[in-house]
Amino acid sequence: MAVITDALCPFCGCMCDDLMIVTEGNRIIEAKHACKLGAAKIMGHHRIKEPMMRPDKNSNFKEVSYDEAIEAAAQILVKSKRPLLYGWASALCEVHKKGILLAEELGAIIDNTASVCHGPSTLAVHEKGLPTSTLGQIKNRADVVVFWGCNPAQAHPRHMGRYSVFAKGFFSDKGRKMRKIIVVDVRKTDTANVADEYVQVEQGADYMVISALRAILAGQAAVVPDQVGGVTKEQLVKLADTLKTAKFGAIFFGMGLTQSKGRYKNIDNAISLTTELNSFTKFVIMPMRGHYNVTGFGQVCTWETGFATAVDFARGAPYYNPGETASNDVLYRKEVDAAMIIAGDAAAHFPANSVRHLAAIPLVQIDPYWNPTTEIADVVIPTAICGVEVEGTAYRMDGVSLRYRKMIEPTHPTDIEVLERLIERVKEIRGD
Amino acid sequence: MTLKVNLITGRTINQGANLENKTSPDYLEATAYCELNSNDIEKLDKSGNNVKVRTNYGEVTVKLKENNGNPDGIAFIPMGPWANAVVDHDTKGCGMPGFKGIQAELEGTSDKILLMKELIARYK
Repeated sequence: MAVITDALCPFCGCMCDDLMIVTEGNRIIEAKHACKLGAAKIMGHHRIKEPMMRPDKNSNFKEVSYDEAIEAAAQILVKSKRPLLYGWASALCEVHKKGILLAEELGAIIDNTASVCHGPSTLAVHEKGLPTSTLGQIKNRADVVVFWGCNPAQAHPRHMGRYSVFAKGFFSDKGRKMRKIIVVDVRKTDTANVADEYVQVEQGADYMVISALRAILAGQAAVVPDQVGGVTKEQLVKLADTLKTAKFGAIFFGMGLTQSKGRYKNIDNAISLTTELNSFTKFVIMPMRGHYNVTGFGQVCTWETGFATAVDFARGAPYYNPGETASNDVLYRKEVDAAMIIAGDAAAHFPANSVRHLAAIPLVQIDPYWNPTTEIADVVIPTAICGVEVEGTAYRMDGVSLRYRKMIEPTHPTDIEVLERLIERVKEIRGD
Repeated sequence: MTLKVNLITGRTINQGANLENKTSPDYLEATAYCELNSNDIEKLDKSGNNVKVRTNYGEVTVKLKENNGNPDGIAFIPMGPWANAVVDHDTKGCGMPGFKGIQAELEGTSDKILLMKELIARYK
């Protein structure tokens, strides 16, 4: 039996770094300190054992060798005039680097799961910048914390304990007792149940509510109607007062803003609110990133291509325009004629109309697990699990990079090995 | 009778814990349901334990659950293939489909809930 201390969790953007992993032989038998989400991932589920292929999408899969599967995948991608390489969030930065090389070689579109998560937040940051901090600063200093359109009690279960609500730090030694917690949401979530104040917004009215708060902060409360987006003026005035009298405030936001009416403009407005709060006190804002390394893809893609995601190499140079080049844009328009889905599950998390097109085109899947994407794939290549069986770098939701160690030895080739062989074969077929 | 609601989709802890276990009954249990508050449930006809969700983008049958954290007229389905059968594909020019704020019609039904494989097979 061996124990790995201070192990990193490869599930959500919190990247908790205090796990204790107990192994026996090449098997993990316990993941101490992990939440339900982290433990479920680390303890594992049924894996795809061997690569698989089928002659058409309604036939049964037949197990094949890695050589055969990589050859078939390379042929699909090379024959494609407009390939899409999507996923990446459950993989380490070293995998992203290889993926971008493959996209460049193919003239493909490369996009990650931020497309259906915090992609709009990136667009807002282009417009307004991001007054933010590390999670450590929030843990040590924040006395007012706002969760807007996010539900960490269910989606980031240890966030409140480690960083934002209950955590005790240098200037926050009383933890929960010294913090005012505000939840703004359209329904009363488990997170709202631990808040000091719950602000219930009408679905899709976040932009108006943020604008009303900005007006009140600017001394223009007189122009604010008695009720805005389902929230009374009285509650808004009280909320604005709580925010501006904080010693150090933090706003965390989630899909409630990025996926509701207004999309990136909601974030744009929330960033402006944060900036304006800095006229009164110190205030920061941070997206609650979902997959543990979805932030890492944005980092790698930005330093390699100049853009965070939805990058189109068809012109020979990186081109980026979400709304035109993001996965769901090109799928719904039936623009792409082949796809490779890796470390993400498009068929589970894309709208039906996008999945219909994925089901109609040649599809390669690289993933440890059988999921809805497998159901519509032509070639399936199982790989080792990043962060559990593969070491490497990932970026936490606050942009801090941390290094994952192996917990156990892999039983499958890594994504990096598969991508390297794929790139090599693509180059050979194209005669490069 | 048919109940008109505003549908939102999103994460839950059980959906997340089964993210890499999507062929299992646990994943179906964690994602193939629709939550309404008790007022709204009262308004639905009771022709079964399930609910048929119909939008401009599709139709899906899921289990009906009560959650009084939802205000009147708000329905919630955990993110996943069942929710995505009825969400809006339009990315409004920024790459993000409409996963929240979809006008939907609900009715009670005794129709069965499709398994993940059966649901995805509809797209082939």
